[in-house]
Amino acid sequence: MSFVSVAAAGPLSMAASGGEGIPVVDPLQATGAFSLMWLLIALPLAGAVVLLLGGRATDKWGHLLGTATSFASFGLGIYLFVEMLGLSEEERQHGLRLFDWITAGSFTVGFDLLLDPLSILFVLLITGVGSLIHLYSIGYMAHDDRRRRFFAYLNLFVAAMLMLVLAGDFLGLFLGWEGVGLASYLLIGFWQHKPSAAAAAKKAFVINRVGDMGLSLAIMLMFVTFGTSSFAGVSAVAGEASEATLTTIGLLLLLGACGKSAQVPLQAWLLDAMEGPTPVSALIHAATMVTAGVYLVVRANFIFENAPIAQTVVVVVACVTLIWGAVIGCARDDIKKVLAGSTMSQIGYMMLAAGLGTAGYAYAIFHLITHGFFKANMFLGAGSVMHGMDDEVDMRRYGALSRAMPITFVTFGLGYLAIIGFPFFSGFFSKDRIIETALLENPVAGVAALIGAGVTGFYMTRLMLMTYFTNKRWAEKAHPHESPATMTTPLVVLAALSVFGGVLILSDWIKYWLAPVVGEAEEHSMPVPPIVFSIVITVVVAIGVALAFFLVGRRDVPREAPTDVSPLTRAARADLYGDAINEGLVVGPGRVLVEGVTLTDAKVVDGLVEGGSYGIGGLSGRLRRLQNGFVRSYAAAVLLGVLVVVGVLLVVALA
Amino acid sequence: MEFSAPQIAHEVLWPAYVVFGAALLGVLGEAFLPRRRRFVGQVAIATLGLIGGLVGTALVALDLPSVGSDDVAAYGVTTVGDTVALDGPTMFLWGLVLLLGLGGVGLFAERRLESGLSAFAGQAAALPGTEAERKASTEGLDHTEVYPLLMFAVVGMMLFPAANDLLTLFVALEVLSLPLYLLCGLSRRRRLLSQEAAMKYFLLGAFSSGFVIYGIALVYGFSGSMSYAAVTEAVRAGDSGSVLLLTGLGMITVGMLFKVGAVPFHAWTPDVYQGAPTAVTAFMSAATKVAAFGATLRLFYVAFGSERWTWQPMLWVVAIITMLVGAVLAVSQTDVKRMLAYSSIAHTGFILTGLIGLRDTAEVGPAEITSLQAVLFYLVTYSFATLGAFALVGVVRDDSGEVTAMARWAGLGRRSPVVAGVFALFLLSMAGIPLTAGFVGKWAVFAVAVSAGAWPVVVVALASSMIAVFFYVRVILLMYFTADPDPSKAGSADVGVGGDAALAGASSSTEAERGTVTVRSRARVADAVRVETPSLATVVVIAVCVGVTVLLGVMPGPVLDLAGSVGTFIR
Repeated sequence: MSFVSVAAAGPLSMAASGGEGIPVVDPLQATGAFSLMWLLIALPLAGAVVLLLGGRATDKWGHLLGTATSFASFGLGIYLFVEMLGLSEEERQHGLRLFDWITAGSFTVGFDLLLDPLSILFVLLITGVGSLIHLYSIGYMAHDDRRRRFFAYLNLFVAAMLMLVLAGDFLGLFLGWEGVGLASYLLIGFWQHKPSAAAAAKKAFVINRVGDMGLSLAIMLMFVTFGTSSFAGVSAVAGEASEATLTTIGLLLLLGACGKSAQVPLQAWLLDAMEGPTPVSALIHAATMVTAGVYLVVRANFIFENAPIAQTVVVVVACVTLIWGAVIGCARDDIKKVLAGSTMSQIGYMMLAAGLGTAGYAYAIFHLITHGFFKANMFLGAGSVMHGMDDEVDMRRYGALSRAMPITFVTFGLGYLAIIGFPFFSGFFSKDRIIETALLENPVAGVAALIGAGVTGFYMTRLMLMTYFTNKRWAEKAHPHESPATMTTPLVVLAALSVFGGVLILSDWIKYWLAPVVGEAEEHSMPVPPIVFSIVITVVVAIGVALAFFLVGRRDVPREAPTDVSPLTRAARADLYGDAINEGLVVGPGRVLVEGVTLTDAKVVDGLVEGGSYGIGGLSGRLRRLQNGFVRSYAAAVLLGVLVVVGVLLVVALA
Repeated sequence: MEFSAPQIAHEVLWPAYVVFGAALLGVLGEAFLPRRRRFVGQVAIATLGLIGGLVGTALVALDLPSVGSDDVAAYGVTTVGDTVALDGPTMFLWGLVLLLGLGGVGLFAERRLESGLSAFAGQAAALPGTEAERKASTEGLDHTEVYPLLMFAVVGMMLFPAANDLLTLFVALEVLSLPLYLLCGLSRRRRLLSQEAAMKYFLLGAFSSGFVIYGIALVYGFSGSMSYAAVTEAVRAGDSGSVLLLTGLGMITVGMLFKVGAVPFHAWTPDVYQGAPTAVTAFMSAATKVAAFGATLRLFYVAFGSERWTWQPMLWVVAIITMLVGAVLAVSQTDVKRMLAYSSIAHTGFILTGLIGLRDTAEVGPAEITSLQAVLFYLVTYSFATLGAFALVGVVRDDSGEVTAMARWAGLGRRSPVVAGVFALFLLSMAGIPLTAGFVGKWAVFAVAVSAGAWPVVVVALASSMIAVFFYVRVILLMYFTADPDPSKAGSADVGVGGDAALAGASSSTEAERGTVTVRSRARVADAVRVETPSLATVVVIAVCVGVTVLLGVMPGPVLDLAGSVGTFIR
């Protein structure tokens, strides 16, 4: 790789050269334990292969094998992490070329893996949360006769996600990117007997293809511009390309990130994706896959740092999404969809941080990790509630569940405190840092983030109140009960992590840890002490919480009959409309906005997606009519073609 | 005027002689071998001829003299009065065509699926549905002429990319086409459909050949010579805006685009691919495209290379509509063979995308892939995936023969996981999913096109790949995730033959109806779709295709290198 040699300077010397130095990816050849990094991917992949090829023979123990491979990968991840902690800063990037993937003359694309401080954090998050979710699924899917297949897909997903974050080359990353897309497609549509699930899977697939197209174009453009797509090669020479090219690459990467991370305008699939089994929502659509876009932006920091316009667009997209998602969270009654809206919004925060550049990358990853903990916790909590309530997802049929399922309640509550940013919970640290940085770097974005924090406080409190407090509105047959230990253990672990995840920021550890990858920002001289920011943010959140408390918690949420068809139900529903108006008043004049946003989401965006596929179907049908089987029409087409070909030639040559 | 006999470099041409000789020997064998020995004899002659040609090609290729300058590598000789160019790319394409020919022979020789009979009509001259036809099949008659026909087609396909002269180009075009027209009409099952396909292919082929010969005449009028070298000279020296030249170029292009199945010259493709015996479709879809693209590359790069700025925009347009129409139309297909036909149209567009990536040698960096290299590589990935996919279509059957109605493939993954898995692999490769050969191929042609500034074409190409993934994945889902169809309803899904909108032409449609009605009613009482175990030859062909598809996905290096090391076209 001739380009690597340009990067004579190691990461440290670059970082030492000043704040604006963008670190170059220049990994050491992996030795010792690090040369085992391929096992991280191979273990879950082997699990998936065994389960898929083993067929019914593996039905009995398949789920155990799937869980074991995931835990094994996690164990290896921890071991490598500890090893890495013991190394000095400049020794922490390890590259491993498994084999030469594409070679042609002096041109080579290797099948490269890269384990550095950034990817090891992702490895821990993916395998850690992934293992807990495997464990949880043993209980959750106990009664599903296709459980083995489910675990095979989960394993496949973990392997693909690890491929995504461990790749040392954009092409390898693309392989993982497609892999998680495939696994996500299979898992969303896992309950294929539900037409809604099949449709949601298709929708996710279609929207993600748009994003993938952006990513593949970006990679193509990198090849053309730099002659390579490896992180090492591109980062070494990124600064030499023209800014227009870099901006284009950046925007295309952002398009890819928008698709995977459900950012506006490619966000519509995420809410529908909740049709998948709940552990899937927790793993893929909260903790890991949807954050791949953030990973991509942070990983490609060497592109974005040189393309300020692209960075600004990232910030704009992030701000729009974080408000959009939060507003959706206020308007939905389906507990999983509220959480999905919230996920969009939180990823918006991460994107915002990533868009702020060197000052924000570390905080983006920090929030990504804490969010992974508390959102997985809450999704699994929601799954536990659904498990106890016969798969009911409508919060209007919940209420007063805190007694019935105490462990779920307490763990969910801790996750809740973390997400709204209750002081000293993990979310408090991570979100505060993002808002703080945003206010300093880009006040408009900062204010948007601040408002978003208030709205988050509102909708999460509403969710808590409607689910665990207020009056009982259960279905008659419902016998809420606590879930089995395989389900509550992961909840407890994740709740603990949601509370204590903030330790990563102690003495700015994560900032220094990631500095070799993303660079270090100059210290800003703060106009006010940081504590002021924290107080302001906490006050805004408190206002949101208080509004929810007075407008949802203080009134009786009307009890509702379980059947949707009887006239009684409709009457009960009319009462519920009152509740909806309450909400409307809370958002005040913003009610229109709420409806507008949800309507746009449902009609315009869905319409575009569905219209797109219908459009192609319709076009296909119409074009088909030209293919009528008559030689004379075919000959006429050829003649027409001759005229076109000769015509274009003449026009081009003579014009 | 004195006549001087052209110099002929027999030492380089001999692999083609071997194949041609085997074809002639096949004709003699047909005349002199007793009927029951013909099958074995013909298969042996064809196989040995092709293997001999393959070995010869390898030997010759290793020994080509270098004629390139320092910065542009090129190897080979022009011979027979400069009408035939035997250079690196020619040898590469020869090797590929011969391999595909071997695959074709393997599939032609399949006699296990039809309980001892081949897939070809017992007696082509017998009218469908007559006593004569019934007699031919009960007596176990077999047309072993298909092997010499295949060999003649292979000879044409070898000459086509080597043609260095407009007339040779035309002769090669006809030599490869005529046997294919015949082969298309020889199906044992659904004979009307097959004959209709052959007729359509022939009529349209003749029509487009007419344009080619007229175009050649116009270009001759412009340059005063048939040879590519002289045409290039004339183009360089002359007025590049000449209507004579441009019209001629356009008309020759039409013939090429017809052969590769580019839109709007594609209309024959689905009907012919569907109607022809599947073994013929497999061979034809793979090998014809390889040969025709080889010829097109030489035509555009050598003869009209300096006119690049004029033809590139035209090919932009053709590539764009080809990809879009192919991908969009494939979405609404209900027949597996037609779906693959439209997918092959889309692939034509992708290959054209690579062809557009032509740049001056000075512009191409040392570490970059040239457009010739990318197209050659893509042809390898495409042809093996297609050959394998059509070969697999041949083994999914019920009592009435092959089952091509897509709805009846539902649930195949549960009953025959291996066949479904292998078919899924070919589809994924055609879709360009990473770690399959198709991905690297797509990546290569897109990369060269972007380098040449054809990014709008690449954007469309990516969009079409997006649409394409949709219908490939749909088949995979159908095989794995859809329950078995109700057999009583499934038979009626077997419609849509001859044309997409209506059944075939008015006169034949009633007959076609009659032909298929019996088939269909039998299908209703017949048991469900099953995968039959084919003969060893077919298994080997499919296995080789799988091997190539996987290997080129994981380790494309050696073949990509080979495609690069053949050097450029000699002039």
